[in-house]
Amino acid sequence: MKILVCISHVPDTTSKINFTENNTKFDINGVQFVINPHDEFVLTRAMWFKEKQGASITVINVGNVSTEPTLRKALAIGADDAIRVNAEATDGFYVAKQLAEVIKNGGYDLIMAGKESMDYNGGMVPGMTASILDFNFVNACIGIEVEGNKATVTRDIDGGKEILNTELPLVIGGQKGLVEDKDLRIPNMRGIMMARKKPLNVVEPIDFDPTTVITDFEKPTPKSNCKIIDADKVEELVDLLHNEAKVI
Amino acid sequence: MSVLVFADNSDGKFKKNAFEVTSYGKKVAEIAQSNLVVLTINANDVSELSNFGAERIIKVNDDKLKNFNAKAYADVIKQVALKEGSDIVIIDSSTDGIYLAPLVAVNLEAGYASNTVGVPNSIAPFVVKRKVFSSKAFDHTEIKTSNKVIGLSKNSFGLVDNKVNAVEEDFSPSLSDEGFKVTVTSVEKTTGKVTIADADIVVSAGRGLKGPENWGMIEELAEVLGAAVACSKPVADLGWRPHSEHVGQTGKPVASNLYIAVGISGAIQHLAGVNSSKVKVVINTDPEAPFFKAADYGIVGDAFEVVPALIEKLKEFKGNQ
Repeated sequence: MKILVCISHVPDTTSKINFTENNTKFDINGVQFVINPHDEFVLTRAMWFKEKQGASITVINVGNVSTEPTLRKALAIGADDAIRVNAEATDGFYVAKQLAEVIKNGGYDLIMAGKESMDYNGGMVPGMTASILDFNFVNACIGIEVEGNKATVTRDIDGGKEILNTELPLVIGGQKGLVEDKDLRIPNMRGIMMARKKPLNVVEPIDFDPTTVITDFEKPTPKSNCKIIDADKVEELVDLLHNEAKVI
Repeated sequence: MSVLVFADNSDGKFKKNAFEVTSYGKKVAEIAQSNLVVLTINANDVSELSNFGAERIIKVNDDKLKNFNAKAYADVIKQVALKEGSDIVIIDSSTDGIYLAPLVAVNLEAGYASNTVGVPNSIAPFVVKRKVFSSKAFDHTEIKTSNKVIGLSKNSFGLVDNKVNAVEEDFSPSLSDEGFKVTVTSVEKTTGKVTIADADIVVSAGRGLKGPENWGMIEELAEVLGAAVACSKPVADLGWRPHSEHVGQTGKPVASNLYIAVGISGAIQHLAGVNSSKVKVVINTDPEAPFFKAADYGIVGDAFEVVPALIEKLKEFKGNQ
């Protein structure tokens, strides 16, 4: 089985978010970039397929050269090779078009991506990629088994879960739950050394006009002070929630 | 031109999401000087939609569409959008909505703005405000394509009463087998419990509760309020509560009217995930807990004393209602 894992290069979840140039650019100053957390679950599940059922894993990112350390990290975790599409990932539709182009020519059976990235939270790349290629697609995937060309996929739904049957080629938008948190892989020294020698191929993007453009950013208005209620007077909280906040 | 809203339902019944996207669609249609068309698939009774401005309702009824199927639903939406000349399509942010919307966008070669909050800033150029960086910021996104898909962030617009006389029309889409290559074999849903996605109120607890055996009072507090129960990431990771209850940046997002956090210090990832809730209450022994900076109301105190007292006072309050 040939697996392609889509890796987003995103700010660490503890990052403080700031903007520069009149709020038109994300301020990367002091920000540590990591593998998108949802993608970590997906990559770890892909490693399970590789080790238990036999599969090759290619990781891919659409981004400029600054994303390469993140791809190397994925290689250190155990992916076999990497592809970087040399373009700014400005728009989800654009990224999906680039991925679809690589997939079309690459003969992948299973395309695994995180359901959304922690930066722009578009949540559109997996679905769009599948739709462009006319591949089967399951979003919010919290479990996947593959036998031959048949896949059984578990999807997180509001208030429960759903079991789905489908066939390869398949795209999934994965998330926490695909593997246990404690089983998430982190690179070890041997992996890091080996990753240096693994191929990282840079390909040029195809032309596609962006469908959306971010004009500028804005930060939420800071909260006014928290009203502190005496622990012995919880009835005051009930009163405030009813009469002031009007939420009960 | 028209604005097409997809009003989803659950087992034939509309939920708040459907009324919110309809209210929102009506407003967008007004601003864009366009007409609102609302699409339903296998809904029992569509008349409720006319309370929120749905003047024209397209009803699709087909047994093949009994279970939600993203590809088939996206194909139906495309057919209706073409038939109605819709250049703006609005979809909610339920798990089904966010599964479906990217497929609709590709079908219509449309730019797609997910997590949209508020009505468009302008129509030409078409600019909407979106939540980004896990609700730590917003952006203004211009959709440049002639067709546009908007994913409306849950509980960001609300319901707007607007009683109109609705014209209902049946539509039979052509459904090819190609649309049904992902099939549902079973569904497990917790019944009788309020889900985090649907809840107006969410009661959440963290490691401050010291152990899973102490969740009884959290469940009781939730029951009194008609709320859903949630938890912080460490609690789910420790196995005290199921992962399905984990809220935060990597867990479920919360956009309720009221969020009550008990014994949760307020790590930045947790706050990001619950930021979209309108009113936040924190109960914590540590007055320096970061959550107090993000909350509207706070009680510094021991959860094991405050929560039972709060349950008692809420019961009195509910009794007097």
